[in-house]
Amino acid sequence: MDFKTFVFYILAAIMVFAALRVITARNPVQAALFLVLAFFTAGGIWLLLAAEFLAIVLVMVYVGAVMVLFLFVVMMLDINLDRLRQGFWSYLPVGALIGVLLVVEMALVLGGRYFGLEAMPEPPAAQAGYSNTRELGRLLYTDYVYPFELASLLLLVAMIVAVTLTLRKRKGVRYLNPSEQISIKRGDRVELISMPAEKE
Amino acid sequence: MNFVIPDFYPAAAEIFVAVMALIIMMATTFARRIARGLAYYLTQTTLVVAALITIGTMDGQVTLTFSNMFISDLMGDFLKVMIYFTVAIALLYGRGYLADRNIDRPEYYLLTLLMTLGMMVMVTSNHMLSLYIGLEMMSLSLYGMVAFDRESARSTEAAMKYFVLGALASGLLLYGMSMVYGATGSLEFSGIAQSIYHQAANKTVLLFGVVFLVAGIAFKLGVVPFHMWVPDVYQGAPTAVTLMISSAPKLAAFAMTMRLLVYGLFELAEQWQSMLMFLAVLSIILGNFAAIAQSSIKRMLAYSGISHMGFVLLGLLSGVVEGDRHFALNAYSSAMFYAVSYVIMSLASFGMVILLSRAGFEAENIDDFKGLNKRSSWFAAMMMIVMFSMAGIPFFIGFFAKLSVLQAVVAAGYVWLAVLAVVMSVIGAYYYLRVVKVMYFDEPTDSAPIRAPAEVRVMLSANGLAIAVLGLLPQGLMSVCAYALLASL
Repeated sequence: MDFKTFVFYILAAIMVFAALRVITARNPVQAALFLVLAFFTAGGIWLLLAAEFLAIVLVMVYVGAVMVLFLFVVMMLDINLDRLRQGFWSYLPVGALIGVLLVVEMALVLGGRYFGLEAMPEPPAAQAGYSNTRELGRLLYTDYVYPFELASLLLLVAMIVAVTLTLRKRKGVRYLNPSEQISIKRGDRVELISMPAEKE
Repeated sequence: MNFVIPDFYPAAAEIFVAVMALIIMMATTFARRIARGLAYYLTQTTLVVAALITIGTMDGQVTLTFSNMFISDLMGDFLKVMIYFTVAIALLYGRGYLADRNIDRPEYYLLTLLMTLGMMVMVTSNHMLSLYIGLEMMSLSLYGMVAFDRESARSTEAAMKYFVLGALASGLLLYGMSMVYGATGSLEFSGIAQSIYHQAANKTVLLFGVVFLVAGIAFKLGVVPFHMWVPDVYQGAPTAVTLMISSAPKLAAFAMTMRLLVYGLFELAEQWQSMLMFLAVLSIILGNFAAIAQSSIKRMLAYSGISHMGFVLLGLLSGVVEGDRHFALNAYSSAMFYAVSYVIMSLASFGMVILLSRAGFEAENIDDFKGLNKRSSWFAAMMMIVMFSMAGIPFFIGFFAKLSVLQAVVAAGYVWLAVLAVVMSVIGAYYYLRVVKVMYFDEPTDSAPIRAPAEVRVMLSANGLAIAVLGLLPQGLMSVCAYALLASL
């Protein structure tokens, strides 16, 4: 076993452990943190496969942005855990049966027989100076420009849906419009009335 | 680096719809006061112009562009034109309903347009990636539209169920795609087909992927055992959205099935046909039996939709018999004919449910159709046509759709399957005829007059009459389906 394989097994073991803890952890904050760990180790495995750009993007986007947002949501919302766990034991036998069945069937196919090094030989190592990021960029803007543009529209759909479902104008809120406040003039607030002086 | 600018001409309709969606977004942002009407009319105009563009650029040839990710063929063009008209009619029916509930915000029309774009991308995809992105664009817009009535807890719940189960199905589909990619080394449908043909692909891995692909497709079509979302979403969503979900996306899901299974994995037809047979038998049985027990018309139509999708699968599964491919064209065109006629019937049936609803009143139960004949004998007759057609009573379009599918099934040698389907349709006729009985023989409980804008009345009448006329002269639509497939396969 060379060093690369050794690192792979360590990363894979941590990842499987973290993934299991995501679904078994009792505390949702802990579960989210384990998901961060799983993403991190997945990034490590991609680095081993010489996909540097993807590894860094995974860490930056998922760990840096998505999971932090997720943690905030978990901490902000008051989730009643007991209600979530209701019916767990009654669903367990059926769920476990189907789960075990799926795992066994998948293991039969996904074992080393079809996905071992004989079936899928390792690609030749890239030359020095080969840039993963550059190649990805080239493909994205040439061959894959159609799905790339569509993906931007897909994000637009997500944005429209998110805004339209959450943006609402509340009535009866004591809200001051800052721009109106700033642009106010002296004359709007103070009224000078000239009146003749009176003697008592 | 040699990169040739792709040919944009075959994708003119897609580009037009995408640009119009952006224009409508900006226009409605800056013209807030007239935004609702503006968004509606611009969307309808876009759909009509897109139909003209698609018909104008149709040349009956198979053209690939965008690095072979986009395919333009007659099947795609035909389905796209059907999708434009279905979406346009669904918008027309639903506008008053949305306005009554004050949810006809401009974003609704924008999402409709982007959903249409997603369906167009699905229909014209020649690559797993573009297919998947089109599917997500359609689904994401639909999730948002289901939740559009923010005040209604039921709509929100329906949207949540739809979203979670839809995400699961997308996951299954992606997993299947990755397995097929792993086995064949190609994401392009023609490349996959070639790799399998040259036996370069590992069959076990491939089949493993196909199982997941079929599961994902089954979810999007809404067939048993991946049907759980259908009744809840149909019932929970605002009726105008239910109308949208039950119509055009079925055509897109049909196109997706054709592209994935027939274009990409035709060599494995015998394997996926047996999977589809399992799904079809369960859907036809469960759909028809469960529909009998419903008191809500939306749920009843949902279960009837499940059984109709089972019939579409019947056509798809009788293409190849023991390596003989002579039946393929006939079988697939019968499935396409069935999908198109189902969509026409579905539009009319939910259109009727919308017609009976008004501000502050939701027509949801079969009881709401009581005595419709006394309130409006014309629309009672229209509903009767729709119900007869869905039940497969001659001579309406639904009858010929069932007939052509059953012919394909018998030609493929599955006589038992045809017998089962016929027996189940007879059982299914019970709940369709119950609606007719309620309309004609019961006393009305609700005596409010039926009010609808003139264009809705005209369109709904035309829709009902189309079912009857196409039933008398089904040959035209049938041969269009057959010709479109002949030129594409």
